[in-house]
Amino acid sequence: MIDLAVNGLNVSVEKGTTVLGAAEFLGFPIPTLCHMEGLTPYGACRLCVVEIGEGPGAKLVTSCTYPAEPGLKVRTASARVIRARKMIIELLLASCPQSKTIQDLASKYEVTQQRFRQEYEECILCGRCVHMCQEQMMAKAIGFRGRGQSRSIGTPFDVPSEVCRQCGGCMYVCPACSLRCTYTEPEKAVCGGCANLSPPCLEKDPFDDMMCYMDPCVACEIKKP
Amino acid sequence: MERLTSVDSFNTLQDRLRKQSDAGVTTIVIPAGTCGIASGAAELIHEAQRAILTGNLAGRVRLRITGCHGFCQMEPSILVEPVRAFYPRVNPKDMERIVRAAARGEVLRDLLPVDPSTGQPIERQDALGFFTKQVRGVLSQNEKIDPTRIEDYIGQGGYGALAAVLSHADAGWVIEQIKKSGIRGRGGAGFPTGKKWELASKAGNGTGKKFIVCNADEGDPGAYMDRSVLEGNPHAIIEGMIIAAIAIGATNGIIYVRTEYPLAIKHSLIALRQARRMGLLGDNILGSGIKFDIDIVRGAGAFVCGEETAMIKSIEGRMGEPRQRPPYPIAKGIFGSPTCINNVETLANVPLIIRHGADAFAAIGLEGNRGTKIFSLVGKIRNTGLVEVPLGTPIKEVVHEIGGGPVGKARIKAVQTGGPSGGCIPASLFDLPISYDSLTKAGSIMGSGGMIVMDENTCMVDVARYFMNFLKDESCGKCFTCRKGTQRMYEILDDISKGNGTLEQLDLLEQLAHAVKDTTMCGLGQTASNPVLSTLRYFRDEYISHIEKRRCPAGVCKELITYSINENCTGCQRCAKVCPPRAITGERKERHVIDAAKCIKCGTCRGVCKFEAVAVV
Repeated sequence: MIDLAVNGLNVSVEKGTTVLGAAEFLGFPIPTLCHMEGLTPYGACRLCVVEIGEGPGAKLVTSCTYPAEPGLKVRTASARVIRARKMIIELLLASCPQSKTIQDLASKYEVTQQRFRQEYEECILCGRCVHMCQEQMMAKAIGFRGRGQSRSIGTPFDVPSEVCRQCGGCMYVCPACSLRCTYTEPEKAVCGGCANLSPPCLEKDPFDDMMCYMDPCVACEIKKP
Repeated sequence: MERLTSVDSFNTLQDRLRKQSDAGVTTIVIPAGTCGIASGAAELIHEAQRAILTGNLAGRVRLRITGCHGFCQMEPSILVEPVRAFYPRVNPKDMERIVRAAARGEVLRDLLPVDPSTGQPIERQDALGFFTKQVRGVLSQNEKIDPTRIEDYIGQGGYGALAAVLSHADAGWVIEQIKKSGIRGRGGAGFPTGKKWELASKAGNGTGKKFIVCNADEGDPGAYMDRSVLEGNPHAIIEGMIIAAIAIGATNGIIYVRTEYPLAIKHSLIALRQARRMGLLGDNILGSGIKFDIDIVRGAGAFVCGEETAMIKSIEGRMGEPRQRPPYPIAKGIFGSPTCINNVETLANVPLIIRHGADAFAAIGLEGNRGTKIFSLVGKIRNTGLVEVPLGTPIKEVVHEIGGGPVGKARIKAVQTGGPSGGCIPASLFDLPISYDSLTKAGSIMGSGGMIVMDENTCMVDVARYFMNFLKDESCGKCFTCRKGTQRMYEILDDISKGNGTLEQLDLLEQLAHAVKDTTMCGLGQTASNPVLSTLRYFRDEYISHIEKRRCPAGVCKELITYSINENCTGCQRCAKVCPPRAITGERKERHVIDAAKCIKCGTCRGVCKFEAVAVV
């Protein structure tokens, strides 16, 4: 067993447990996007950063990939962590504003502005689908391609893969793009609608007859007579 | 080449080669590393061979083709031994004269470099300002060795350290020596090498396999010291690796070198073959029963593969992508086996430490920063090239005394250290001694040792933008904050350099830079903000000027400057002839005019004007 302290609480966890596991065991919420039980921790989205160590040696690490070490002191919601996490969410919003998951995160962390040039990307390259395909479906049909800004996920050379069984596992595990809100006005990237109790679509008439992908959505639940 | 089966037979051979390598014979040394060949060394070699043959001088003059000596500004150059005359920028037509004069033991005074202060020719290479201030350990061997001849290296005392390690010492002794020397990793992070080896020697995963890797994936723009060492003295690295392998009990060695270094690969392959044939490498190293061999793995040119965990993946044949440490490579590296990764320069220092003693190495430098470090000094400076100085040397000395100061009238403003993830250190801090800790404190890093000098004609926003452009392409893309963060930082810097920036964006840039530094996994991401943060720290006024006044003080950012011709113009028409879009018009002997609508702001006119008549506002 390994003894460590999370937010000042001592906890003993089994060898091989991650910091995220230890924090969750104690009930401290840590937001994640790329992490999923059953898949190898990857550490791509960086949302789950926590602060470890003390004084000038303190640093942020992703809790999903960092193994619990004896004597480790973890802070899951220090000022530095929250500051970094808010910036990550702002970056996510700047690229993927149509994702319900990301909009909800923004609401939760009170990110009320998005100061970058707005982009509309479908994928945050968290890699869940790649790991799902490789580790659970044993197919390895899709993978990462390119690096830096030209990185993408797909089959080699975009040719339909022979090993793909079209199981849909990749779509099932996608954290950011499976629930896609088509409503928000593009110029107002931060809507906070789905987690706020005063959602923006309430006042908009045209939505009455449309099929909403967000169902069940807080806004609609309230609107029902 | 005979196979050596014992340390004694090696020592006999070394004594014989030492006697043979008669230092008194006149030798023409032509540095032909990649830099030398690019500037025409191949033709010099050809001419030298012809002159020796036609002049029937084969018995009196020897020719030695070596790697780069470091003074790249003066390539193609020639060194004549034993008089040690140094001829810079040699014209192939002069080669025959040089060979004949060398045969007679004379020096051609008209071809020698001239001392700028006295106007007198400098007769010996060692008297050149570029060389006098340096303390050359690793680099000093390059001029004495033909990298394709193992005999040269052995004759210079090479593999002597290996023999010493094999004959009267155990692994613990080697680690003790390295620890005593105080050497820290020369790849950038500065982890104590002795400590790393000690950890590696204790590590094991039960398979019995252990790797030692030489990191020659040098990707920083403007840095090329590892290439020069690998090209000019590959045996030093091989010897260092064998000693490291004995110290940590490694079974396999790998030199990870980028494919962009064909000459380095060629020389390493030749060196490995020779070492194997001599019994210095392979199943039974010098009859000691130790089994160790080295392979070469070629990298495909991804900057991030210089990071150790990404390199391991690349060696395994997978996508070069860093992973979370711990577990460190020392515990779990290539295919799960313990892996010790050292930089080229670190390994090249190892034989010197063993040969000359740890105390001699520890006597150089500052507390905690021992030994010498090679820097590649480039940019707006008189003497560019490879510079080896003791750690703790002030930046001022490197820039002004070895580098010879600025090229033109513009004053030197800053020096950028540590490659793309390093930072800029302003001229006001040039008294700073160069050490791992002082550079980090100043907001930069030691990195692998790139040193780019910038003068007043360099725009710091443009510099930050350039490096961010490099990093956004070279980020592996795994960490969201590194991939998007570098893209967004580039976007803001691009806005500012085009005059579209706002003060709010400047705050955002700073916040983002700190977030990227904090939340990324590997060394690339954690240092990717340095170009932004260090320029913001020391040159914030330049950013403000771009934003508020829409002015680029250095006259670099194209969107913010206009070219015009002032009253100094004599109407010589030089500028009009070279202007690519033909934007300059004017009669002969009358003041010319630039058509701002046509001008593409390439700066060609300014480059050719002899009267400083082209102004940039």
